[in-house]
Amino acid sequence: MTGRGDITAATTPAVSPGLGADDLRTLYRYMLLQRQAEDRIVKLYRQGAVVGACFTGYGHEAIAVGAAYALGPHDVVSTLHRDLGARLVLGMPLRYYFANFLGRAGSPTRGREGNLHIGGLGPRILLHIDHIGASIPVAAGAALGFAVRQEPRVVMAFFGEGTLATGEFHEGANLAAVLRLPLVLVCWNNQFAYSTPVEREVVGPLVDRMAGYGIASCAVDGNDVLAVYDAARRAVDRAREGQGPSFLECRTMRIRGHSEADDASYVPQALIDEWRRRDPVERFDQRLIETQALTAEQAADLRAAVLAEVDDAQAWAEASPAPDPSELGRGVYCEDRPWP
Amino acid sequence: MAVMTYLEAIADGLRLAMRADPAVILLGEDVAAYGGAFKLTKGFLEEFGPRRVIDTPISEAGIVGAGIGAALVGLRPVAEMQFADFISNAFNQIVNVAATSAYRAGGCVPLVIRAPCGAGTHGGPFHSQSVEAYFFHTPGVKIVLPATPADAKGLLLSAIADPNPVLYLEHKALYRSQRGPVDEGLAFVPLGKAEVRRPGRDVTVVTYGMMVHRCLEAAEAAAQEAVQAEVIDLRTLLPLDLDTLAESIARTSRVLIVHEDRLRGGIGAEIAAYVGEHLFKVLDAPICRVGAPDSPVPYAPSLEAAYLPSVDRIRRAIVDLARW
Repeated sequence: MTGRGDITAATTPAVSPGLGADDLRTLYRYMLLQRQAEDRIVKLYRQGAVVGACFTGYGHEAIAVGAAYALGPHDVVSTLHRDLGARLVLGMPLRYYFANFLGRAGSPTRGREGNLHIGGLGPRILLHIDHIGASIPVAAGAALGFAVRQEPRVVMAFFGEGTLATGEFHEGANLAAVLRLPLVLVCWNNQFAYSTPVEREVVGPLVDRMAGYGIASCAVDGNDVLAVYDAARRAVDRAREGQGPSFLECRTMRIRGHSEADDASYVPQALIDEWRRRDPVERFDQRLIETQALTAEQAADLRAAVLAEVDDAQAWAEASPAPDPSELGRGVYCEDRPWP
Repeated sequence: MAVMTYLEAIADGLRLAMRADPAVILLGEDVAAYGGAFKLTKGFLEEFGPRRVIDTPISEAGIVGAGIGAALVGLRPVAEMQFADFISNAFNQIVNVAATSAYRAGGCVPLVIRAPCGAGTHGGPFHSQSVEAYFFHTPGVKIVLPATPADAKGLLLSAIADPNPVLYLEHKALYRSQRGPVDEGLAFVPLGKAEVRRPGRDVTVVTYGMMVHRCLEAAEAAAQEAVQAEVIDLRTLLPLDLDTLAESIARTSRVLIVHEDRLRGGIGAEIAAYVGEHLFKVLDAPICRVGAPDSPVPYAPSLEAAYLPSVDRIRRAIVDLARW
């Protein structure tokens, strides 16, 4: 993680405990990066350059960035298709994002996967698991690994509210609770799982369900990056201190379709309009300017710098070749290596 | 060299692996305090402690998923399914997560899933299944099924050493019925290598697991009728050691495939297809198979005995094939 800044700096009023002005600008930059990269990828999809399905985390930036920013330098994440910002916070080059969407040889999956199905990047970004319920036991297992080795490391898993309807979520959450594993469950409750509203997935508030697991939980405004950060920070601290798993319900709204092929006509327009007014990136932009953490000029400069980063990442990906068909059967197994 | 039962040999391999590498952990239902449903891990909790020998809730997907996660951060977990029949609960974790991890550039998953399999112990439909064929179709996993104590130990060690997910299917009817010599120490048996258990010139019998012993018995009986069968124990089902099969079949020109699992869609169907496609010119007779019928595994001893390929059925198949 970079850009933590000096939290003792007195020149800027602290907006959030533990965060200085540098942190706030860094959070904002990651959110902008996710937003602008995804805007660009949607354009490429509409041009036909991105094949298959196209998913974004539009409106989820505060959750992805705010929660991941609460992690320490050795903690790991389990991330999904709406969590580009979290991967960026943990150091994934933006170039990989474009290369993976474009199915290029230079992507970390070498074209074997699309979208943001990127994982296994170094030791901190776990395997992407698209059957989302299945990602929870795996995240719990990574936390188990840290517990076995008595390393003070934490795993943070991101997922949507529909995941709570799956059996594997239950098995993973229950296991984490029983074994008191250092796991932070970050749920983006964006109110719709594809076309199914949350009340057809589970009955009652999500946070209430966690009491049954013996998992500490709280609900936060998922469009407020500092609220997400604060809640995540407390959960990460609890996990690191051996107090077991926590669950954050980050309330937001999926203001686009499930994928870009989905017009989301099943969502009432008033609901979309209401949540568009709470856009997490614009809200944070205004807040930084109001609190003088950022001048309007600095914000404009930052947006220009981020745009240049997006241009560079796209150009790099486009320069990468398509995978050669001879690659097809390679890499199904890992190569043997000496043991013990 | 020590003489051990099949079960003792598995426990010996597991214990030595855990002594050799603190990254090897054991997780499953009733494996720690109770010592396992078959008492295979008795004493492990006392020797290795609760951080490495972990009792889990009843949750096969949770157990395998946790094994995958722990493997991704550097451990070498051995996850136990209390019975192989329960592995269907973890199908998604194995097929979609563990098996695809390497290919999707998600990293290596050095996970062993131990699963007591097979019929012959009157376990009925939920405690007798052969599960290998469900996973044989899946690239990215390896599958072993030892027949002898020495292989039980050696293949387990190789499974733990392997950087890929390995389904280690242990036949529970062999746990205490098979005793044999077992090398001391880390006596690896390589994955992907079949073993000729009995040489013969007339018929190649390809088999694995509990059927190895029935095939050897059947081969002795066939010898009374002047038919010499070569019995090959596959030991590893994925990847298959096709070279050893091809070498034998080229000599005998006849092949009988025997397995405890159902014939339809079983390992034998793939072997038959391979032989038909690649060894047709050396064959002097049709490819033959003996296996279980298309039914669940029944409970009553009379039904279970009828379900499993018997020594006599195998003997007749060997002799008929030799005389074809």
